[in-house]
Amino acid sequence: MTTLVIAHHDNAELHASTLNTVTAATQVGGDVHVLVAGSGAGAVAEQASQVAGVAKVLHADAEQFKDGVSVEVANLVVSLAGDYSHIMAGSTTSGKDMLPRVAALIDSSQISDIMSVESADTFKRPIYAGNAIATVQSSDATKVITVRPTGFDAAENGGSAEVAAIEGPAAVGSTSVVGRELTVSERPDLGAADIVVSGGRGVGSAENFKIIEGLADKLGAAVGASRAAVDAGYMPNDYQVGQTGKVVAPNLYVAVGISGAIQHLAGMKDSKVIVAINKDEEAPIFQVADYGLVADLFEAVPELVEAL
Amino acid sequence: MKVLVPVKRVIDAYVSIRVKSDGSGVDTDNVKMSLNPFCEIALEEAIRLKEAGTATEVVLVSVGSADIETVMRSGLAMGADRAIRVDADNDVEPLAIAKILKHVVETEEAGLVITGKQSIDGDNNQTGQMLSALLGWSQATFASEVVLEGDSAKVTREIDGGLETVAIPMPAVITTDLRLNEPRYPTLPNIMKAKKKPLDVIALADTGVDAAKRQTITNVSPPEARSAGVMVGSVAELVDKLKNEAKVI
Repeated sequence: MTTLVIAHHDNAELHASTLNTVTAATQVGGDVHVLVAGSGAGAVAEQASQVAGVAKVLHADAEQFKDGVSVEVANLVVSLAGDYSHIMAGSTTSGKDMLPRVAALIDSSQISDIMSVESADTFKRPIYAGNAIATVQSSDATKVITVRPTGFDAAENGGSAEVAAIEGPAAVGSTSVVGRELTVSERPDLGAADIVVSGGRGVGSAENFKIIEGLADKLGAAVGASRAAVDAGYMPNDYQVGQTGKVVAPNLYVAVGISGAIQHLAGMKDSKVIVAINKDEEAPIFQVADYGLVADLFEAVPELVEAL
Repeated sequence: MKVLVPVKRVIDAYVSIRVKSDGSGVDTDNVKMSLNPFCEIALEEAIRLKEAGTATEVVLVSVGSADIETVMRSGLAMGADRAIRVDADNDVEPLAIAKILKHVVETEEAGLVITGKQSIDGDNNQTGQMLSALLGWSQATFASEVVLEGDSAKVTREIDGGLETVAIPMPAVITTDLRLNEPRYPTLPNIMKAKKKPLDVIALADTGVDAAKRQTITNVSPPEARSAGVMVGSVAELVDKLKNEAKVI
């Protein structure tokens, strides 16, 4: 029994979600191999080889893998699939985009977004935006699985796996990435941050979000937003925490001016400690908060920044 | 160009779901059912392509029992020209759905498939990608903008950390994200008209697809509830609790 983990990276650095996926793979039992498909991504392969629990790194270096185009990466994974009992990728947008292609091409019914490994063929996964948890047993010979990063601890360093160069199949060449607009931020990545400070409609304007950012910077936190705040145009969509945005589970989640719609709770209720600051004492966010403060955020947040 | 829009009937997004006490699943009896919100966005995009003269026909397709026809009619009322229901159980797995859709795409000779990125019940996020792979067509998931330019398409995709624009040759499978468009509400005259639009039924056997389950759902349970927390009276008390009780800062 061997699991192949598809690394998520930008040709320079391994994405944190890969470390969580490796942990899920080790829980299945058996060996864990990591596939790094990229262009000039030698440093990533090297980094993957140092992750504890990884027995081997397969490194495919070709121009067609530069942008992580799913058609190209999926064909490579399919060419390797025969050697593996399990194939896993993180439930990032790239994993979600690519892995179902692999499942279809090897005729396996994919198990999406697992949050725990019960045994080698049984997994738990959230359905209905996390409002129910399904235990799913798979009868497919090769299990194809996406892994919810927040469900598993990150694998640590301490490995020294062999790195083997492999050749991929011929490029399809049909899809080209013509542009990327990535949010540039000095703050930690929302999906991997220890602390997240999120603002909602109560913040009132894009300008006022500086208050949220000020608190985040004081705490070394990532900034998030509720869907209401995103829909109102206060923040870009990739800051969105919730059912239709990102699912986060930091050690500390601070919800400011967020009422706590089911939609938002689905994205943050697995956080270790939740703090809610809202002037409406009836706000549903207080039902999931460990510490609730009924206060005007425009007074409480600056006071909090001062006190920290 | 004919556009095929696969849709799914789901529990309405505004209903709080209830997990059955025997762990067998989520209660769907006497619960309001609707078109999956991402499928509505897909349908809206297809209708706009027809209104712009790019698409010639918009065909709705769904897999399930006769129960799903009501929500399929609401898709017809939005503006789809006709609908196809593949008669099967209501819990066919995404892989088998993709195989069934492949059959329909080929018999209909569609040139574009637009579908939701995921259904809000199973949250699988698989069907569009699987269909693209099985057809050998281009794929663009999580679309927030679609521009068709003759034999190719430019699709802006919502990815972690921002946006990505890809150029792909047609034919293609495109899956929709939330910000692609704002679906219209059906007007009363269109709801009346939709009752007369064709809704054909195909037997599962006629698609040649084996829809046998590969997965068994052994249990469905509510998520672990969070224990109630405490209200603090001041910012100073909050800071004290975070430092000394929760020890997170």
